[in-house]
Amino acid sequence: MEDFLSKKIGAIAVIGGGIGGMQASLDLADSGFKVYLIETKPSIGGLMSQLDKTFPTNDCAM
Amino acid sequence: MNSNIEGIDGQPGNFKLHIRRKPRYVNAAKCTGCGACAQHCPVEAIDSYNVGMGVAPGIFVEYQQSVPLIYTINREVCIGCGLCAEYCEANALDYSQVEVKDTLEVGAVILATGAETFDTEPLTEYGYGKFKNVVTSIEFERILSASGPFRGLILRPSDGTEPHSIAFLQCVGSRSLVKGNEYCSSACCMYAVKESVVAKEHIHDLDISIFYMDIRAHGKDFDKYVDRAKKSGINFIRSRISKIKENKDNNDLLITFEAEDGELTTKELGLVVLSHGLCPPSSSQELSEKLGFDLDRFGFCKTGDFSPIKTSRPGIFVSGTFQGPKDIPETVMQSSGAAALSSELLSSERGSLIEKDELPPKINVVGLAPRIGVFVCNCGINIGGIVNVPEVAKYAETLEDVAFVDTNLFTCSQDTQEEIKKKIISYKLNRVVVASCTPRTHEPLFQDTCESAGLNRYLFSMANIRDQCSWVHMQTKKEATQKSKDLVRMAIAKARLLEPLEKLTFDLTKRVLVIGGGLAGMTASLHIAKQGYDVIIVERENKLGGNLGHIHYTPGGEDVQNHLSSLINNVSKESRISVYKNSEISEITGFIGNYKTRIKEKDSGVENEVEHGIIIVATGGVENKPSEYLYGKNKNVMTQSELEEKLAKNQAISNLDTVVMIQCVGSRDDEHPYCSRYCCTQAIKNALKLRKNYPNANIYVLYRDIRTYGTKEEFYNQARNDGVVFIHYDENSKPIVSESDGNVTVKVQDSLLKRDLVIPCDYLILSSGVVPQPDNDMYARMLKVPLNEDGFFLEAHMKLRPVDFATDGVFMCGICHSPKMIDETISQANAAVSRACTVLSKDFIQAEGTIAFVNKSKCSACGTCEAVCSFGAVKVVESKTRRGIERYAEVTEALCKGCGSCASSCRMSAIDIKGFANEDIAAMIEEF
Repeated sequence: MEDFLSKKIGAIAVIGGGIGGMQASLDLADSGFKVYLIETKPSIGGLMSQLDKTFPTNDCAM
Repeated sequence: MNSNIEGIDGQPGNFKLHIRRKPRYVNAAKCTGCGACAQHCPVEAIDSYNVGMGVAPGIFVEYQQSVPLIYTINREVCIGCGLCAEYCEANALDYSQVEVKDTLEVGAVILATGAETFDTEPLTEYGYGKFKNVVTSIEFERILSASGPFRGLILRPSDGTEPHSIAFLQCVGSRSLVKGNEYCSSACCMYAVKESVVAKEHIHDLDISIFYMDIRAHGKDFDKYVDRAKKSGINFIRSRISKIKENKDNNDLLITFEAEDGELTTKELGLVVLSHGLCPPSSSQELSEKLGFDLDRFGFCKTGDFSPIKTSRPGIFVSGTFQGPKDIPETVMQSSGAAALSSELLSSERGSLIEKDELPPKINVVGLAPRIGVFVCNCGINIGGIVNVPEVAKYAETLEDVAFVDTNLFTCSQDTQEEIKKKIISYKLNRVVVASCTPRTHEPLFQDTCESAGLNRYLFSMANIRDQCSWVHMQTKKEATQKSKDLVRMAIAKARLLEPLEKLTFDLTKRVLVIGGGLAGMTASLHIAKQGYDVIIVERENKLGGNLGHIHYTPGGEDVQNHLSSLINNVSKESRISVYKNSEISEITGFIGNYKTRIKEKDSGVENEVEHGIIIVATGGVENKPSEYLYGKNKNVMTQSELEEKLAKNQAISNLDTVVMIQCVGSRDDEHPYCSRYCCTQAIKNALKLRKNYPNANIYVLYRDIRTYGTKEEFYNQARNDGVVFIHYDENSKPIVSESDGNVTVKVQDSLLKRDLVIPCDYLILSSGVVPQPDNDMYARMLKVPLNEDGFFLEAHMKLRPVDFATDGVFMCGICHSPKMIDETISQANAAVSRACTVLSKDFIQAEGTIAFVNKSKCSACGTCEAVCSFGAVKVVESKTRRGIERYAEVTEALCKGCGSCASSCRMSAIDIKGFANEDIAAMIEEF
């Protein structure tokens, strides 16, 4: 009989909703796992959402 | 959202994560993000999104494109007047909300808490906070932004005028033992150059100077970007500024520095930008205590040289700048890597907790007249700053079959997707045209949006008014606006003729082929196996290990060969991995999910055929063998790795009195115009080892820029403390190496002293960098993937998809992407695993619907299409019918990429591409 304590949960908590947290969350969700994305601010995006453009492609950060 | 971490219990696979959810005082389910509340709020608070440069109302969203677009009350400034509730038409205000404690049951945790920018106010010598026109780089980003405090105009905070000149001061708060942090923040050199380039686009004759110590442009294509910046007239001045003074009459800033000719010069600037560094978030100490993981001595999350993603607590992983200062592609790679490692732990539970997405019923457009919706994007100022977007929109309204037109600041943002969906439904749109950037960035997003409104995703057309218009016609705004109108008219012409199409579904072989058995290949293979999938490794040499076989110790002193042996051991023991050593690939056919590959053993010639669904390219690179500085001609001249072999084997090196190292040998030159990234660290690593073994030796490092980025800066500090002498040389006066009687002498012009130094040395070590594998070309053709100008593999997007190819089902990791260090290779290998798993975890593959089809009655079976098809997707076939033998071209839909080579070559117009039919293109040309 499987030990109750060793039961694994198919969910992952990602702490931080910037570009890093979002990428990890998307990959996990696309691979079949439930993701809890936890962010201290009222919206996601992090530092990158404050940037105008990104190097070296000069794409807009948004 | 709006939540903080309280603590954690449990073990890997089964954690209870305790969080505290702060109240928004707004009901998230009811809020529509209309903003009426904010308009009527009487209170002002500091706008933290615009870094204090402006005010935000007491009820706010961070920015208009926020996800989720739900307003929140700033409790600290709210006066409780109740006006927001009064004006809210959705009845979404709920003042009774309180903080809620919650517990999440999860199997693993990923820390991606990011970094904060360094607070420059304590550095009083720079006058930040005192002199109005001294701003930080993040403030300058907001100034440059269309959504910023000055609407994208570069204005001086003191008087609202345009500055005539700007200076950037690098390393503010970084690379300092006294005022700030010891480490290098890794991204500031590049972002300062970027901000300069963008600033010059705003104001063409702006005089820009960047004051720096080393330009750390160590990433892919970064040196090229810096060179272009230099050519555009941005001044790079090697000098660390110690003080800024202010001209009280006009609030200009005065900077004094030593110019090229050695004279002290004072420059007057209209604006100064402090390139401040990155710091661990202020919450990191508290977080480490609450979750029980360790921080390193700088306050970043502690990880190991060979495990850059695992924290000190099993089951908790880390990625991004919280692990150490880094740029966006490295963050994206590490985050995908964290996804792989965390899900590996839970691979048995894959799919257990997911819910399927329900799409709305499909709108039937057959027989209906076209009703086209047109959305014209400003793209911040990328388009809107050049093209008159309102004028283009007004023009679109006059065109036939156009039922609705709108303009957006960012058509790709989440809130605009919701708007588009609403408009499709309310205006009964059955075609959508977006005039914005290249389809390569957001076409799939817009197609998804159409689908989620019930509209077939192929009833969508894009006009590229950015890359093909505003970006290339920056100097001719009127003409750019006219061209945008033309492009929109053409896209509408095509949209009228679009028909709904369906995606194709195929089976998927859940096995991965890894090309290359080095660090990247083996790491990826092991972790794919642990996810529960089979792997085949093809390695050209007789043994696994690749370039790692030549590295013996890390800068921190870790034993690399030890790690390599255990890696090879683990790969050999893993039953899901089959290794073909001494083998090469003769042929790969197929497509994502359905590949067949022939592997040939080199000596025996025996071929094996394997089937797999995914390919990971991990072919690595080769150490560059120098063609200069007497390499190969004098036995005392060797490369860094040759030196490392000797040092590792503790071979006593006789007569070691003076050693000279030359950096950037065969890198950052005409033949290899890129930085090999690891050589500075490698040289310093070996210099430190030499110093330890030979305490009295004279060690000189001749360099152009020392690129010990991130926390590796500590090794550079240590080397200088240990008496290693660093001499800067200019790229236009390279060192001259001569020999006499076998004795080597190095002559170099010290750029500070402006004098030649002549150094007779016992050993000359060349930091020669890495070059791409010479046969990358062959693999590129075999896999139908591109290489960049330097011969490394080209990813789908340099920032956001650094592991993917544009071709589905193929991924890359390691040096074959670009030169990198051991921990970066491991991160990227794990990223490739994660990306592969997003495919492997599905039950089937879906292919695009825009593929070729043949009108048999027109086909003359000439075979031209078969000859031009690079994918082997169309062949002339014979079939027996009542009329006799019929010959015609037949498309294998699964292989067709919809490239159009066949359609443009067919003399009979018999073969065409769905979604890009001859008729569609003719209509577009006619419109023009």
